[in-house]
Amino acid sequence: MHQVASGGIDWKAIREDFPILRERAHGHPLIYFDSAATSQKPRAVLDALRNYYEHENANVHRGLHELSSRATEAYEKSRQQVANYLGAASADEIVFTRGTTESINLVAQAWGGKFLRDGDVVLLTEMEHHSNLVPWQLLAERTGAQLRFVPVCDDGTLALDRLSSLLTPEVKLFAFTHVSNSLGTINPVRELCEKARAVGALTLVDAAQSAGHMPINVRELGCDFLAFSGHKMCGPTGIGALYGRAEILDSIPPWHGGGEMIVSVTLEKSAFKKAPHRFEAGTPNIAGAIGLAAAIDYIESIGRAAIFEHDAQLAGYAMERLAELPGMRVLGPSAERGALVGFVMEAAHPHDLTTFADQYGLAMRGGHHCNQPLMRRFGLPGTTRASFYFYNTKGEIDRMIEILRDAVRFFS
Amino acid sequence: MISELEELYQEVILDHSRRPRNFGDLADAAVRVHGDNPACGDEIHLGVKFGTDGGLQDIKFTGHGCAISQASASLMTAKLKGKSRAEATEMLRAFHDLVTDETAEAPKMLGDLRLLQGVRKFPQRVKCAMLAWRAVEQALQQSAGESTISTETEFVTP
Ligand SMILES: Cc1ncc(COP(=O)(O)O)c(C=O)c1O
Repeated sequence: MHQVASGGIDWKAIREDFPILRERAHGHPLIYFDSAATSQKPRAVLDALRNYYEHENANVHRGLHELSSRATEAYEKSRQQVANYLGAASADEIVFTRGTTESINLVAQAWGGKFLRDGDVVLLTEMEHHSNLVPWQLLAERTGAQLRFVPVCDDGTLALDRLSSLLTPEVKLFAFTHVSNSLGTINPVRELCEKARAVGALTLVDAAQSAGHMPINVRELGCDFLAFSGHKMCGPTGIGALYGRAEILDSIPPWHGGGEMIVSVTLEKSAFKKAPHRFEAGTPNIAGAIGLAAAIDYIESIGRAAIFEHDAQLAGYAMERLAELPGMRVLGPSAERGALVGFVMEAAHPHDLTTFADQYGLAMRGGHHCNQPLMRRFGLPGTTRASFYFYNTKGEIDRMIEILRDAVRFFS
Repeated sequence: MISELEELYQEVILDHSRRPRNFGDLADAAVRVHGDNPACGDEIHLGVKFGTDGGLQDIKFTGHGCAISQASASLMTAKLKGKSRAEATEMLRAFHDLVTDETAEAPKMLGDLRLLQGVRKFPQRVKCAMLAWRAVEQALQQSAGESTISTETEFVTP
């Protein structure tokens, strides 16, 4: 679909699939370098949402009428597509959630609430997004479980040499991010899962920054849980999923109570459906799930390996060009990295820099990126982050460099 | 050239952010307030010494943050030094209006602080401009001791 005759990919045509990229901001052509916060949406996803509301809208698993069957079928087909996308063994291993944050909270509250005891340990890393930290703090408070952290080295990678001393038998779960949203570090998921398994710990992968950016296969990675958000991978907001290995998902009690998740209810007691429906109380985000499936189709039509390659080139090019600027410090590893660069400049505070850039139509993010402990670790109040996706171009990076150069002149 | 940017970052403001006045520890401060803007990591440590008449005899700050928060703190300390509590309270209210209210006139008494009027066009930056003022508001309320404030709690005009 997106191939040109030579066998290469027509990235320019792909860019045309995103109507919003024709917007102007403050009178300038929009340069959207904030896809790590949320990605833009291709027309295919917008059309899928519209099509659903125009032709299929009804509640799922309830009505005995035609539209309800269509909606239910589309919703469950979306679940199967997510399962395929992640390489899960079955659609029953996919719970629809609002996104990464809700997926992690589900594990923390429902799994952690049942299985964690005083003295148990949840191992995290110093680079976790607040959404893979705060739910565990809440759980620790409730259960008496302890939190432990894999330190981050100066180059932005995990201190893997510390792993064997941290991964003791008390560790019941090791939860870590696949790609750091501030550093761009790509963690060695497979190796981390293997080491955790060796001490009997389960693993949870925060795939918020990787699910739309690179091939992922949960069975190859060997993780027990994996969480992601649709809105960071071309899908709508308010939808995401939790992958949970069947055997584990089935052992977890319900989380939210309500309609859809029950088999039978008396005034005293209820019997619950099996996973994943047990975890989806109430009317789900049907349109969101359908939009997410459309996003998956769209991404697969380009190919995740190609997207990864494209984004890596952009990130590498950005690193190279940023190094030309005076007083520039780029965080994170210099070799392999995800589709983003976080940096600080002597001349200007991240906040001033992003305000300045915004006036030229360049959308970046400045601040702590929901990584306060990590920022503290690097002795920084925050960074400026430019994050990319397959619709961005080298030309846009060149323009960013010009704008940053102007900013240096303006602020010094 | 971009006028809103130039209005926000006027030369005087950039100058104060690069070379903040009254920057340093106030050894004999009666009140120390630590102020935080958790949304962006700006921090201020404000020290105030009150005179026998209760006025702000001396005021100094340290900390780090964006140009707006640094300039606002610098200009504020320069302005408030030697003022009575009533005057300081009045300025606090006037400054808050200046940076938040599109229709507010810039009162003369604010002097150079009026240059921060450009902030009102950048709603995300109001907290930066208000950080030092939130700290001084707290200082005026407590008269002695140490405390901590955050821009994430609602600012209530006195
Ligand atoms: C690494 C990482 N984890 C978790 C999240 C949270 O995602 P969401 O807000 O979509 O739940 C984000 C996104 O901000 C992220 O970058």
